[in-house]
Amino acid sequence: MKKLMMGLSVSTLLLATPFAMAAEHIVGQKDKAFVTGGSPVEALDIAVGDTIKFVNQDPYFHNIFSLSDLSTFDLGSFPEGDSRTVTFDEAGSLEIECAIHPEMYMEVTVK
Amino acid sequence: MKKSLAIMTLSIMLSMGSSFAFADKSGYLLPDVVPAPKDNQTTPERVKLGKSLFFDPRLSESNWISCGTCHNPGLGWSDGLPTAIGNGMHSIPRATPTILNTGYNKFQMWDGRARTLEEQAVGPIQAGGEMNQDMGELLVELNAIEGYRQMFEIAYPGEGITEDTIGKALAAFQRTVVTTDSPFDLWIKGDEGAVSESAKQGFEVFEGKARCALCHSDFNFTDDGFHNLGLTEEVPDLGRYNVRRVSILRGAFKTPTLRDITLTAPYMHNGMYATLEEVIEHYDRGGDVKESLSPNMQPLNLTKQEKADLLAFLESLSSIKPLEFTFPNLPQ
Repeated sequence: MKKLMMGLSVSTLLLATPFAMAAEHIVGQKDKAFVTGGSPVEALDIAVGDTIKFVNQDPYFHNIFSLSDLSTFDLGSFPEGDSRTVTFDEAGSLEIECAIHPEMYMEVTVK
Repeated sequence: MKKSLAIMTLSIMLSMGSSFAFADKSGYLLPDVVPAPKDNQTTPERVKLGKSLFFDPRLSESNWISCGTCHNPGLGWSDGLPTAIGNGMHSIPRATPTILNTGYNKFQMWDGRARTLEEQAVGPIQAGGEMNQDMGELLVELNAIEGYRQMFEIAYPGEGITEDTIGKALAAFQRTVVTTDSPFDLWIKGDEGAVSESAKQGFEVFEGKARCALCHSDFNFTDDGFHNLGLTEEVPDLGRYNVRRVSILRGAFKTPTLRDITLTAPYMHNGMYATLEEVIEHYDRGGDVKESLSPNMQPLNLTKQEKADLLAFLESLSSIKPLEFTFPNLPQ
């Protein structure tokens, strides 16, 4: 939790962070599902220091939170077109959900 | 040139107008089959057993309350009360939700704490304020009834009478409790005369200015989501927050179906509104309590006509001929 970085960011800024090689993963929120590349995704493997950018592509609000042991965060609720970003700098696995639509569930493994 | 452009524009406008009338709204039609888990596929034997259990007061500690006491088929599978009454006339702070179409739900109960119908079904039986039954004692009681021993064996061969098979049977029965074609359904199937012009206008208001479809979406008019609607409560009910400690869920409850809405008054999780008119006024105000209010809620400024149209639309969502129902003779 302490090491968790939250907030809006862009990949160019990440280059200036200590995680110079970190990648940004874009995860959409579409039709009440997490999607990457247009396909639903329920599990995502990323590297320590990587960032996930959640983009709301539905015409209603979504939310992003995790109550996992690895990290606990609530990125709040945001409308269509808005996004929220979270960086993971600790190895392990965690579950991410939308509080409003709990069928939206994704496991993230940080390696 | 100008004339042809105007004709073309008019043609497009007319086309758009008629396309609304005939636009594909099939996403609002209920699927023919209610989904069931692999280990509890719906069979007549399981439904028959579940129906007996559902209406058997011997499932309660008092032998006086059945599932059907609160989920009364004559009252829209609810109880017509603002909030439920359970064991020992104990008042429960939440309204009895209808079980109509609950087989389509992805989360059960007002706060979604049960993920499946099988899990949900055995909850109220053991809840102190509801049926207050000790499960161990219930298994002994049911095993002592020859009729039940036979029914369980036929429905779930070799599995016995257990908490698991009780939950499965109750779930199998509940999956058969569904709404039937409403005037709205006939309309979206193409019968333009099935609903009034006011109801058609109300559907536009529902999907547009009134923002109802943001949450009451899809064929069962629910997003399987959880929202705080800004209801005034003397003792605030934390709702979904008790299941997931996320601030937006403080006072949030599951979006209920709107099908058969005229049969299931009073409304809201605490039954605070007796009529649909009151509900519409609540949404028009954008809710009353702003703390943790759903971001989908905002003042609507609906006109008197728009409110009337919205009401006409909601009234068009009730089954024309609800499923016929007969009470079971209980096993002895």
